[in-house]
Amino acid sequence: MAIDKHTTPMLDQLETGPWPSFISGIKRLRDQHPDPRINEMTNDLLGQLEHSYETRKGYWKGGTVSVFGYGGGIIPRFSEVGKVFPKSKEFHTIRVQPPAGNHYTTGMLRQLADSWEKYGSGLVTFHGQTGNIMFIGTDTQNTQNFFDDINEYGWDLGGAGPCVRTAMSCVGAARCEMSCTNELKAHRMLVNNFVDDVHRPALPYKFKFKVSGCPNDCQNAIERSDFAVLGTWRDDMKVDQAEVKNYIADKGRQYYIDNVITRCPTQALALNDDNTLAVNNRDCVRCMHCLNVMPKALHPGDDKGVTILIGGKRTLKIGDLMGTVVVPFKKLETEEDYESMVELATTIIDFWAENGLEHERCGEMIERIGLANFLDGIGIDPDPNMLSHPRQSSYIRMDGWDEAAEEWFARQAEAGK
Amino acid sequence: MAEMREPIESGCPDPWQYMHPVMRKNFGQWKYHEHPRPGVLLHVAFSGDKIWTIKAGTQRILDVFSLRKLCDIGDQFADGYVHFTIRSNIEYLVSDESKVQPLIDALEGAGFIVGGTQNSVAMISHTQGWLHCDIPGTDASGVVKSMMDELIDEFRNANMPNRVHITTSCCQINCGGQGDIAINIQHTKPPRINHDLVANICERPSVVARCPVAAIRPAMVNGKPSLEVDERKCICCGACYPPCPPMQINDAEHSKLAIWVGGNHSNARGKPTFQKLVAAGIPNNPPRWPEATAIVKKILKAYKEGAKDWERINEWIERIGWPRFFEEVELPFTKYHIDTWRGARASFNSSSYIRF
Repeated sequence: MAIDKHTTPMLDQLETGPWPSFISGIKRLRDQHPDPRINEMTNDLLGQLEHSYETRKGYWKGGTVSVFGYGGGIIPRFSEVGKVFPKSKEFHTIRVQPPAGNHYTTGMLRQLADSWEKYGSGLVTFHGQTGNIMFIGTDTQNTQNFFDDINEYGWDLGGAGPCVRTAMSCVGAARCEMSCTNELKAHRMLVNNFVDDVHRPALPYKFKFKVSGCPNDCQNAIERSDFAVLGTWRDDMKVDQAEVKNYIADKGRQYYIDNVITRCPTQALALNDDNTLAVNNRDCVRCMHCLNVMPKALHPGDDKGVTILIGGKRTLKIGDLMGTVVVPFKKLETEEDYESMVELATTIIDFWAENGLEHERCGEMIERIGLANFLDGIGIDPDPNMLSHPRQSSYIRMDGWDEAAEEWFARQAEAGK
Repeated sequence: MAEMREPIESGCPDPWQYMHPVMRKNFGQWKYHEHPRPGVLLHVAFSGDKIWTIKAGTQRILDVFSLRKLCDIGDQFADGYVHFTIRSNIEYLVSDESKVQPLIDALEGAGFIVGGTQNSVAMISHTQGWLHCDIPGTDASGVVKSMMDELIDEFRNANMPNRVHITTSCCQINCGGQGDIAINIQHTKPPRINHDLVANICERPSVVARCPVAAIRPAMVNGKPSLEVDERKCICCGACYPPCPPMQINDAEHSKLAIWVGGNHSNARGKPTFQKLVAAGIPNNPPRWPEATAIVKKILKAYKEGAKDWERINEWIERIGWPRFFEEVELPFTKYHIDTWRGARASFNSSSYIRF
């Protein structure tokens, strides 16, 4: 049966130009897909989108949709103009957790495509800004049907609402020489410890884990996650002096003076007269720049681990916050190492669930109660690595100083310093 | 009623099963990488094994036909293993160099764009917009399609001073994230309230609590419990709109675009930075948003010409100074660039450092 196609003069203009067009893709579903359900649904979707372009307004409203046994994971969408565009009046997105590091086989992508066209619109994104696979567009009944189908072969819903959210991790050790930890293991151990908190939203607000294997932070963990894990190392970086000389032979001393030596944020580098590199490792902050410029010559050290920062988030409500260092360095080698990281996450989430206000991110709570109180609450001792600099204001009651100073010296003695 | 199926709470899947065998074999044992050409990376392991990555940009909102096309290419010209980047590019992994060029040809032949590596303008990271979001001031996919059409050469080639991450966001929540350049909705008028609906739809105390400047208070309007906004205090942020849809913030004329620069998530050479406002009042002009694209191109041109190797946009501006930045990109500097929020004082110049 031929469908009555909406005219879309504004959207049609997005079919010109060299970049692949999502409008052409939606039209393929409307015009070429064998299933009339998909033809009709995408036709009305295009109709509503054209209406948005004409009026410069959105017409989707949220609601309450989930699958049996869960409370979240679905982004419900009901159309405000569903009378005019009835076939897409319910157009929910299903958030599905990707494998850590976003690896797929074409075989698995096909299987997911087969399931999705059985129940959904045929539109999918790898991945949304939340890190989820976004299966965009289906009605309430098919939300359950699609989930039942893919859940049988290994896929589970991600987070939506005030809950532990889908985590993200970089490609890491699978393909990157900068990797300082097993990102996929850290990612899965963290988020999979909280499946209940992912699927049943009951926290003050969202809580995100992100894992980057080195300080280049390709996952934007510091600025976009409540619990950021960044790979790093604490011994000397490795220098292959023969490769340093090769680089200099290729582009000259001046290039490396201008682009490596003088760009080091802590002036920890010098170029010797014999074209070897001198590194003052005690001044190095592991910023990664020199490794990025000379990947053949410079590598992370052997004593690898992670730095953990807490409380990163975007605007709402008090403004942007980067995460704050709470664990300057932690080894992640043994099972016990990983388990203690998960324990730390549990402690932090429990403390925040207890003390956070409604709609208050973990970082905002820390801002409100103070970092020192937060550290006290989660049982972590203060460390100068947590600050850019010590306090500037004298407005603080300090009659506990002597005890605090004793604790510092006791901890230093215990650490063998 | 039929018995409901209990979910299997399997959580995040193990990627090991989907990883190229060369990547499994050399996991954690990579030695270095090279950049043989834009869109291609070569990683070499301590074992001597090599793997080539071929990166391609897509329309991101994929229809199943396009997804299967990408799979067909992966089966016919690559090894059947792919990886998606954080900016939604697809990466094919191959262990045989002879497959690289035919794979590139197949991708380009099918209309996908090979590039996005190293010092390129990367794929714009974006959100859902009018296609699917419940609070969008603009579209996301359309803005990105329009801009990438014009920035495609900078995606295909890697000749910027350093990489450029551009993001777009359809409201001030900024789901697109921090970017070297961010194009975000900026509302300029307070919400228009449908007082007939507020009592039925909105949990009023939550909405009052959501306002960052305490401009909302409960009120009786036309005999109905509703909310009112002190428009002298309102900063037009739209935070009340998601919990209370009758407080419509989106406006066909007054929801504008603003451009921010200098967000940088990497720790390389300096600590991560947030983006700063440079331009506002830009019309939200579908279907092609030419005014916003023109400003982005102007900023990119000045950066490309003026920045030193490895300087990201924030570092370039830090070196040349904001007065010269505004001069070079020919944008007005206004009182709206002066921060008024918490911590604003830290952005004021308390020195005699002046640029001439």
